[in-house]
Amino acid sequence: MTPELGHFALWLALGVSLVMATMPMLGAAKNRLDWMALARPSARVLFALVAFSFLCLAASFVGNDFSVLYVASNSNRALPLHYRVTAVWGGHEGSILLWLLMLTFWSFAVASFSKHLPEKVAARILAVMGWLAFGFLLFILVTSNPFDRLFPVPAEGRDLNPLLQDPGMVIHPPMLYMGYVGLSVAFAFAVAALIGGNLDAQWARWTRPWTTAAWIFLTLGIALGSGWAYYELGWGGWWFWDPVENASFMPWLVATALIHSLAVTEKRNSFKNWTVLLAILAFSLSLLGTFLVRSGVLSSVHAFATDPRRGLFILAFLVIVIGSSLALYAWRAPSVGLGARFALISRETLLLSNNVLLLVACGAVLLGTLYPLALDAMNLGKISVGPPYFEIVFVPLLTPLVFLMGVGPIARWKEAALPDLASRLKWAAGATVVATLVAVWAKGGVGIVGVVGLMMAFWIVASVATDLVERLKPAGGIRTGVLHRARLIPRALVGMMIAHVGIAVFIFGVTMVRTGEVERDVKMGIGETTEVNGTVFTFRGARDIQGPNYRAAQAVVEATVDGKLVATLRPEKRFYPATQTTLTEAAIDPGLTRDLYVSLGEPVAGGAWIVRVYVKPFVDWIWGGCLVMALGGLLAATDRRYRVKVRQPSNDALAVGGAAAA
Amino acid sequence: MKPRYKRIAIAGGVVSAVAAIVALVLNAFQSNLVFFYSPSQIAAHEAPEARTFRVGGMVREGTLKRDGLRADFVVTDMAKEISVRYEGILPDLFKEGKGVVAQGQLKDGVFVAREVLAKHDENYMPPEAAEALKRAQKGNPKLAESMSATPSPK
Repeated sequence: MTPELGHFALWLALGVSLVMATMPMLGAAKNRLDWMALARPSARVLFALVAFSFLCLAASFVGNDFSVLYVASNSNRALPLHYRVTAVWGGHEGSILLWLLMLTFWSFAVASFSKHLPEKVAARILAVMGWLAFGFLLFILVTSNPFDRLFPVPAEGRDLNPLLQDPGMVIHPPMLYMGYVGLSVAFAFAVAALIGGNLDAQWARWTRPWTTAAWIFLTLGIALGSGWAYYELGWGGWWFWDPVENASFMPWLVATALIHSLAVTEKRNSFKNWTVLLAILAFSLSLLGTFLVRSGVLSSVHAFATDPRRGLFILAFLVIVIGSSLALYAWRAPSVGLGARFALISRETLLLSNNVLLLVACGAVLLGTLYPLALDAMNLGKISVGPPYFEIVFVPLLTPLVFLMGVGPIARWKEAALPDLASRLKWAAGATVVATLVAVWAKGGVGIVGVVGLMMAFWIVASVATDLVERLKPAGGIRTGVLHRARLIPRALVGMMIAHVGIAVFIFGVTMVRTGEVERDVKMGIGETTEVNGTVFTFRGARDIQGPNYRAAQAVVEATVDGKLVATLRPEKRFYPATQTTLTEAAIDPGLTRDLYVSLGEPVAGGAWIVRVYVKPFVDWIWGGCLVMALGGLLAATDRRYRVKVRQPSNDALAVGGAAAA
Repeated sequence: MKPRYKRIAIAGGVVSAVAAIVALVLNAFQSNLVFFYSPSQIAAHEAPEARTFRVGGMVREGTLKRDGLRADFVVTDMAKEISVRYEGILPDLFKEGKGVVAQGQLKDGVFVAREVLAKHDENYMPPEAAEALKRAQKGNPKLAESMSATPSPK
């Protein structure tokens, strides 16, 4: 009965979404307040219905209702309860339902926190989100119903893919989807502005916190996925340039560009067309990502869906959404206008360069991801593009981007002077060179990539410090305490600084891992040792253990430095009988300056195993950096000026332009 | 400088910067494409020597030999075969009789793999492996009946 209720709720939701998509839009066009007033309640009802349906599916999983096909294919009685709950999004149908849940949640949030928006604007925004919800509901009901029944009812389910039985997988998809779908809010704002024809600094101010919020989730989602790949796939890598990873990275790049471009639109009323285009692009890439991952066109871990109907539906949806929004853009953009002018050397130009570099990077990823697919689709042969391509492309693109990251925040809006910038940044440049020299001397042999990476990381920190010091310096003869002046720095600005430092931490981690990691595959008998970078690993043998739904061989490997035990690692080789799958569970001893990583290969005669041993310096800084970036985003999104009621439109945004930025 | 020349200079600078970036991207792209060949194509000497490429197919039953870290096995597309040598840990889903994709170079008639990919789903056939079987199938219609979407070569 529960599955039927959930299914029925989805049909009701389809109807509600249609109301939400049409009535407020028509109301805004015809100035009918009563029609526009439908937007908020329908967004709330829609969220309630989809959440109910999601709970019904979760209940079927918890109750082991194998008469539901989706449950039978993705769960098992032996599966621990928490994984039965997360198995809800372990397959195609449930992931799409999760996507929809997120979408309706964002609409719900917009409906609740849009009291300050003019009625027409709010109505149009919610209507656009209604259309998106309608499309996804149709997709679920037509091609991917998670509530389909199975007859005869099997006694036991097929179990969740063992790779997904992991705490990282519990939160990675919801986070990532929150990010993906969160970009729909920026998209809806952009489309609503195009329809309404008014796009000003005020619009940018409304859009910014939403975009930043989505960006935070996207950042965390990608970081979680990367962390999961690191410890779960057992290959020790943290990024593979796999199409699925690229699919999430492309929206991130564009969303990052969008955040920066929105800053210009808010502060200077410039880049308006460009910002709208970026908002459309960012969400389009989210949809493209969904299409790539969900249609089964990729040869990848995530491609559980192999039903071509689904691929076609998403493709059609993609074409309709992107096509119509771009057509609208082409039609309405001229009326939006370009905005204020600026000089060649100015913060605007620097931010524009940032945008161009980010978009080129996104284009390069897109080329590397789609070109092989396109060739394949046209039967022109099968090729693949390896990680070297992306690495060769990213270093030269990232270097100027990082350099600008130091200059941009201290440059003036409208017009800046090069000599002034150079003299203000000379200390930062000096500190960067000294710090790099010290680091290279301390570590030795990092190579050219290492030197460039370290310089980038130190440059960011040094220039952020310069920015901070300048803001804390007494200005205009008014003597106030440093603490007092620190309190005057807008929170959004602090957020920007922290996010930039996050990039530095990230780059530092990547550089150290790139230049200093040591990997060794060795055959180890009981009592045998291998030495990696001063750490001695001793193999103490393996024994059989029994998990809740698997059995495993668990090895004990002791790591010692200078004769002192630093860690006992227990890597496992698991076998899941329900899916007949073998899985390598790596053992990691994390540390601030290094990870010790051991994973099991296969057994050899006489109790010996082939073991893979890694020492990875500073690898956790990669995810730490992402976390710091997200924290910066959080501060920026919760800035005071987004929370206080704004009385005067647009003018004051220009006035504070000199002082605040993010 | 006159404003007009200044503008031309700026435009020229931007265009050349973008051109340089595009050239860089395309060049990197060109030199890092990895092509795919089936065992039959390799047998017909279509695959390049001294360039990295991918080969895919099924691991023939009973051909996997391990010697310490070294693994030797035979990849077949049911028409032709190629011997593959690999040094290191094979992925979890690597099994005899299952699909596999290896990336590496051809040396003296043996494919020396630097990477072995077997995808993480037991129902899932690596597309390259499926492609190899499909290609061989086209050239050899007799095989058609022994093959299905998820082939079990017995």
